[in-house]
Amino acid sequence: MLSVKNLIDTYSLTADDITQILDTAASFEAINNRPGIKKVPALRGRTIVNLFLEPSTRTKSSFELAEKRLSADSLSMGGSTSSVVKGESLADTIQTIDAMNVDMFVCRARLAGTPQKITENTDAVVINAGDGKHQHPTQAMLDLYTIRKHFGHLDGLKVAIVGDLAHSRVCGSLAPALKTMGAEVTLVGPPTFQVDDPDWFGCPQTSSLDEVIEDMDVVYMLRVQLERMEGAAIPSKREYNRLYGLDMRRVNHMKENAIICHPGPMNRGMEINADVADCARSRILNQVNAGVLTRMAEMYLLLGGESNGISA
Amino acid sequence: MAFLLKGAHAVDPQVGLDEVVDVLIDGERVAEVGSDLEAGQDVQVIDATGKYLVPGLVDMHVHFRDPGFEYKETIETGSRAATHGGFTDVATMPNTDPVTDTGTGIRYQIDRGHAAGLCHIRPIGAMTRGEKGEALSEIGDMVLEGAVAFSDDGHGVQSAGMMRTCMEYIAQFDRVAIAHCEIETLSGHGVINEGKASTRLGMFGWPALAEELEIYRDIELCRLTGCPLHIAHISTVKGLELVKGAKAEGLPVTCEVTPHHLFLNEDDIDTTYNTNLKMNPPLRTPDDAAALREGILDGSIDCLVTDHAPHAAHEKDCEWEIAFFGTVGLETSLPLMLNNLVRTGKMSWQRLVEVMAVNPRSVLRLPKVKVERGSVADLTLIDPDREVTVTEDYLQSRSKNSAFLGQTLVGSATDVFVAGRRTLENGVVA
Repeated sequence: MLSVKNLIDTYSLTADDITQILDTAASFEAINNRPGIKKVPALRGRTIVNLFLEPSTRTKSSFELAEKRLSADSLSMGGSTSSVVKGESLADTIQTIDAMNVDMFVCRARLAGTPQKITENTDAVVINAGDGKHQHPTQAMLDLYTIRKHFGHLDGLKVAIVGDLAHSRVCGSLAPALKTMGAEVTLVGPPTFQVDDPDWFGCPQTSSLDEVIEDMDVVYMLRVQLERMEGAAIPSKREYNRLYGLDMRRVNHMKENAIICHPGPMNRGMEINADVADCARSRILNQVNAGVLTRMAEMYLLLGGESNGISA
Repeated sequence: MAFLLKGAHAVDPQVGLDEVVDVLIDGERVAEVGSDLEAGQDVQVIDATGKYLVPGLVDMHVHFRDPGFEYKETIETGSRAATHGGFTDVATMPNTDPVTDTGTGIRYQIDRGHAAGLCHIRPIGAMTRGEKGEALSEIGDMVLEGAVAFSDDGHGVQSAGMMRTCMEYIAQFDRVAIAHCEIETLSGHGVINEGKASTRLGMFGWPALAEELEIYRDIELCRLTGCPLHIAHISTVKGLELVKGAKAEGLPVTCEVTPHHLFLNEDDIDTTYNTNLKMNPPLRTPDDAAALREGILDGSIDCLVTDHAPHAAHEKDCEWEIAFFGTVGLETSLPLMLNNLVRTGKMSWQRLVEVMAVNPRSVLRLPKVKVERGSVADLTLIDPDREVTVTEDYLQSRSKNSAFLGQTLVGSATDVFVAGRRTLENGVVA
């Protein structure tokens, strides 16, 4: 059992919650790796609504596959097909779907706080699949899974999160989760991308990747949202790549066993160079794989499953 | 109609009054203040034992949304809320639709106020046409029709040159320029205080500097033009320091603060994203709020105002980033001050009367109202022990977006007299 009813943010999760999610995900790995039928009846008869109010490819397909592998009945809606674009309020949308008796909402939204708002309009379980610049807890869990799988543990690891920190829900959820698990986090980015209050995260913040990279076990590159450049927060892709991009010169300063992560989608040649993205240290596709496992675990646990109840 | 208020504790620092007296109201005026006054024929006697009688309260910063947004509030419903809260006068901000930027618009406000027949509507005119910050509005025409001050409230005037022109022009009349200070290139898409709150909740920040830099600019324009300046809804330590500095130099600068900036701060905004706490300027840090409380006690802040900002349920029952800014305030302002500052002994009754009655009249260039024979009978009677619980039913405003919903507060107005007419009677609006 998790200590929370819904998965809205990572700072509400205890170390035990996170460990349960990661351990349960590990037990799903064998199912996912089957050559034949990658499916268990764990959530047969349960109804899950994927409400994606903002475009998403990898998160949405990851959730949909996770639901199918658990035998849940799921429905995906949002974007241009939803009534939200016709001017319906969020509360009305949720109450309408809720009236059809669903067990879970998975929500991606452009506006911070949307998943919390959903919880006020339904008794169903709510999973936050990314809300504005606020939180993306399922991304954080897949990241932790990937990192733990490589090192065998999380405590004591040094992790640099690099890039557009202030506008990143990935940073907002990953940094607290890593801290909860005993890792040390350093935030790295140009001053115009730094968070307003690093003390709230309890992490040091620096604008020099080169000064910290050789101490890091994990270098986590954030995607630069190109639309942010219009506000002149950074002068050019070229300069960003030169100062903050992960290229082979920088990779060669990393510790021998250190790894590279990125939540995708990548801007190759900007925050990460192509040869780095594809090198042996890169865990980027492992992260995608872990996404299905950890989302299976989160849905399974939140809908009442026990962490020791899975048998492949 | 005549009323004899028996045994009221009258407080009026303008005449050095702080004692239990009887007050006779006859027609529009105070006919007598004394002890053991006898009621003549046709005089209604009101037992005011244990209550406080003060010059009528003035809220010099409200939004009544009329014309244009009558679904949020009208001059009639807003007047009811004001009366319920203990006010005799309110100054209405001009960000209506159309913007109140002509003499005709000013006349409409006053006429509607007369039709409602509850409190004095004191209209504030827009400094620039349409509050667009581009061209002077007909300020002189508005003065002649009864405008009490000028403001583009809701926005800062972005161009320093335009603000200079406005202040130079206003300086010829005996009126203040009220400045909503916000440099929009700094506040940007901000919806919450920049710092811990914006980081914690993942939203664009509205930095203190956007307010403070414009306060500095407008103080310098006050020095240049001689136009009296009133800083609206001050919210930060640094902004207050700038105002204190200007006052120390003898510049004609005053300022106001809202109850929500005194008694709430950014830490009150939790992950429930209660949109009734979304304000412009935003709730700041606990240190800012503490400094503002100090400022209203020590005299560096002149007036208490509510920035009463009604919004319909559907404009608040939504995601924070798209919710409208503001809280209603008229019916919680006096109870909050009594409960949080007066009852706790931090603020004297004299000081309360200064910030809620005397100083706002002075800033708006209104005639003085005193608890004194011959004064117009605009008076508020307050029961310091009367408890109110802030619920949607308690609020008579058309909108219910109060940041203080659920609070129980001790102390509120029971009776209000406007030019001798009893507009609030035992807590019930006439």
